[in-house]
Amino acid sequence: MAELKEELKGKIIEVLNLEDIAVADIADSDPLFGEGLGLDSIDALELIVLMDKEYGIKLSDPKQGKSIFQSIDTMAAYIAENRTK
Amino acid sequence: MVEETYIEKVCIVRANSIVVDTVPRFSSDDSLFAEFSKQAFRQINPEYPKFFKMDSLSKLAVLAAEYLLEGQPIDDLALVLANRSGSLDTDVRHQESIQNEQEYYPSPATFVYTLANICAGEISIRHGLQTENAFFIAEDYPINTARSYTEYLLKSGKAKRVLCGWVEFFEEKYDAVLYIVSPKGTNKHSAENIKKLFE
Repeated sequence: MAELKEELKGKIIEVLNLEDIAVADIADSDPLFGEGLGLDSIDALELIVLMDKEYGIKLSDPKQGKSIFQSIDTMAAYIAENRTK
Repeated sequence: MVEETYIEKVCIVRANSIVVDTVPRFSSDDSLFAEFSKQAFRQINPEYPKFFKMDSLSKLAVLAAEYLLEGQPIDDLALVLANRSGSLDTDVRHQESIQNEQEYYPSPATFVYTLANICAGEISIRHGLQTENAFFIAEDYPINTARSYTEYLLKSGKAKRVLCGWVEFFEEKYDAVLYIVSPKGTNKHSAENIKKLFE
C-alpha cells in the first residue's frame, strides 16, 4: 500500500502540473481539495481520468469522487480494492 | 469625457526575452517556451501556481500581462486581444488525445484551453478583472479594429484603461506585444504608433 501511495503522489504531481510540490510534501492524510493541495474542479476531472487510465477504474457516479478523493489514503484504499490493471 | 488616448506602456515577449518600454527585463538561453516562461514568471511572481497549469497561449498572455501590469492600477481595465492561430496549439494536443479509440483519454485540463479567449480569462482571473474583453483572430494584428474598439471602450466610459495587443503561439513559435491605452501619456494612440510597436 505504501508503494501505491508514493506512486499515486508522483502521478498526481505529474498529471496536475503541481510545479512546486514534491512527493515528500504530500502527507497521506492531507486533504487534496480546499486547504490541502488546493486542487480545483478541473483537477477533480483529471483525477477521474487518471483512475481510468492508470488503474482501469471507471467512476460512473461523480458523487463518489467526494469521498474517494479526500486524501491519498482514501484514493489508495479505493484503488487497491477496485483496480483492474 | 475622454478625448485623447495614449499608448502608456508596452511589453514585448519574443525570442526568449521580455522587454518593457524598451528596457530588457528578462532573458533566457532556454529554447523551450515552457522552461523560459516558467523562469520568467517565477522571477516576477513566485506565488501563483495556477500559472503552471495553463496552456502555452495562456502562459504567454499572463506572462506578458504580469510584466506590463506591474505597478499599474487595474480598476476598470478592459482587454482587447488578438492572434493568428487562435487556440490551435492546444486544439492539436487535444485532438491527439482523442485520436486512438483504444487509448481514449481526453484531458479535461487540456480541453478547457481549446478556445483562444481563455487567455483573456486567465489574465482576468489573475488580476481580478470583471471588465469588458474581446479577442479577435486575424492574419496580422488588426490595428484599426483594435484601435477603434479600444477608443469606443474608453470614450463611452466602459473602461478607464485598456490592455491591448497580440498574443500568438503555435508549435513553439510565439510573439506577444501587449500595451496599455489610457487618457494619460505622450505617445498618441494612433494607427501609425501602434504599427511601430510591431516593427
